[in-house]
Amino acid sequence: MGRTKDASTALTLDQQVDGLRTMLEIRGFEDECHRLFAAGLVRGSTHLGQGQEAVSVGTALALRDGDTMTCTYRGHAATLAMGAPLDRSFGEILGKAEGLCGGKGGSMHLTHVESGAMGSFAIVGGHLPIACGFAFASRFRGTGEVSVCFFGDGATNIGAFHESMNLASVWKLPVVFICENNLYGEYSPLRSTTPLDHLVERASSYAMPGVQVDGNDLMKMHAAASEAVSCARSGEGPTFIEALTYRHKGHSRSDPAKYRPEGELEVWLEKDPIEQCVQTLLEAGVKSERIEQVRADAATSVAGALERAMNWPEPLPASRLEHVYA
Amino acid sequence: MTETLTYKQAITRAMSDELASDDSVFVFGEDVGAAGGVFKATEGLFEEFGPGRVLDTPISEQAIVGTAIGAAIQGLRPVAEIMFADFAAVCFDGIVNELAKYRYMTGGQVTLPVTLRMGAGGAGGGFGAQHSQAVENWFLNVAGLKLVVPATPVDAYCLLRAAIRDPDPVLFFEHKGLYNIKADMPDEMPTVSLGTARVARRGNDVTVIATQAMLQPCLDAATALAVDGVEVEVIDPRTLVPFDLETVVTSLQRTNRLVVVQEASHAGSWGATLVSSLVQGQFELFDSAPVIVAAEDTPIPFAKSLEELWIPSTAKVVEAIRKVVSA
Repeated sequence: MGRTKDASTALTLDQQVDGLRTMLEIRGFEDECHRLFAAGLVRGSTHLGQGQEAVSVGTALALRDGDTMTCTYRGHAATLAMGAPLDRSFGEILGKAEGLCGGKGGSMHLTHVESGAMGSFAIVGGHLPIACGFAFASRFRGTGEVSVCFFGDGATNIGAFHESMNLASVWKLPVVFICENNLYGEYSPLRSTTPLDHLVERASSYAMPGVQVDGNDLMKMHAAASEAVSCARSGEGPTFIEALTYRHKGHSRSDPAKYRPEGELEVWLEKDPIEQCVQTLLEAGVKSERIEQVRADAATSVAGALERAMNWPEPLPASRLEHVYA
Repeated sequence: MTETLTYKQAITRAMSDELASDDSVFVFGEDVGAAGGVFKATEGLFEEFGPGRVLDTPISEQAIVGTAIGAAIQGLRPVAEIMFADFAAVCFDGIVNELAKYRYMTGGQVTLPVTLRMGAGGAGGGFGAQHSQAVENWFLNVAGLKLVVPATPVDAYCLLRAAIRDPDPVLFFEHKGLYNIKADMPDEMPTVSLGTARVARRGNDVTVIATQAMLQPCLDAATALAVDGVEVEVIDPRTLVPFDLETVVTSLQRTNRLVVVQEASHAGSWGATLVSSLVQGQFELFDSAPVIVAAEDTPIPFAKSLEELWIPSTAKVVEAIRKVVSA
């Protein structure tokens, strides 16, 4: 999807509708992934992000060409939000030759460098130092490019998080750390592993601005990300954003999420980022026919992408030996 | 006039020459800037190239490795120092799961011209169990990395320049016990590519392979055995990955006898890997069973008398050579 030209301005209605379309495509993509896994058509594991779409999409709308994004193994949404094609993303998850990574990465490693989606990482916290590296390169060359890094609440307890926050702050790197707080680190509720109710408090240890935002609200997410991105771009250094959100599914495909208290999911379904966005658009005067058209278009593009990907060939056997070294 | 440099000065010179010739190169790590490095291997670089190209970091090895990865993907050529190679353990994830696999997992979307310099080996210096290890062996099982183990000042210079220019991640192990050895530099420095061994001494009776600080006991053993008419060929592979098997095989075709000497325990070591692949693939080369002279299977002890027993000695090398030539 398109990035905005001037990240500092609020989204126009058309941009908001574009954002809605991307969220719908991501939701459709994740629902298809869920179905494909259940049907045994996909190997390994998968970590779905239904319910968290506004965090990625709102942020991506605040970026411009040349900016970079790194994310976690729950990274389908962020990678697609940056502009990775739906069909090649399906292709990667299905292990096809035309997949984003030629079938050598899989669900947990979706990467599309061309659109700035620099990688999805399956070691909790492992990519935060790398996000500092992208930001360092920007500062070194004076390009003004911003490095955005998504991670979960669980990552705030791993060493790499603290090393990265500290280095980014002491070097004033143009990086935006975005914590998607979905209340659970794998199967454990946040409060059982973390002595804070508000992760945003972590920022003050590193003399870094910290912002807590409703991660299910596309416009609020975009506004928070825009401000942080513009600070980073103008040389003011990093920001830590805690985006409050919720994953509708379990941690991974083998997790039915029985540890959640009764009624919690229902409360969050009421705050579904897509339906919230639809409501806002309707209130702003967008016709319901247009919304329905966007829903239909998104469904069509997801279905078409999946069909193409299913028909792609397996990778050539010899490809397994490529890309170990340059 | 011929210039004499220590191994350490040769390393500094290599970085200086790369910083001067390529503005995408930068050097960073703990105390490498204003302080010139704890081993003084970066001395003078900060003054010459400034704080934009020679940077001090917090004591944060994970952040160092990650920064190198991100910067390299964006087209820079980071040269990061992991002060003591033993500290590679605290950034093992970055090296093994990110640096080594990034290109592969993304189907070749990125290249990673990263050089990680580490003060390596150095048993014999009384640094104890956590500051003396030959950690290159930890990485043998990880595809995607190149492992460089220079033994001489000339090789240290040439191989570091090759490492910095290489498009792949290179772990560059600087042996702490060799930092102060000196050598005359040739007027024109040779180009050495990664993956080419050096024959340190010619001989027809037995092939001895060793790296870094283990070469000297091997050369001493060769001198001692020459008196008895045993001609020892000593090979320094210079890089463990890629490994120049051809030079070793060519030598074995003449000698048919092999001794490997390493400053590391046997299990999971480069010597064990080399012997197993030769025995599996070219068993017919051997007239006698190859021998690995390895360090003992314990952590490295501190006391001088104990540490000396841990490291393969010239006497042990002589004994091993006598065994394979008499079998």
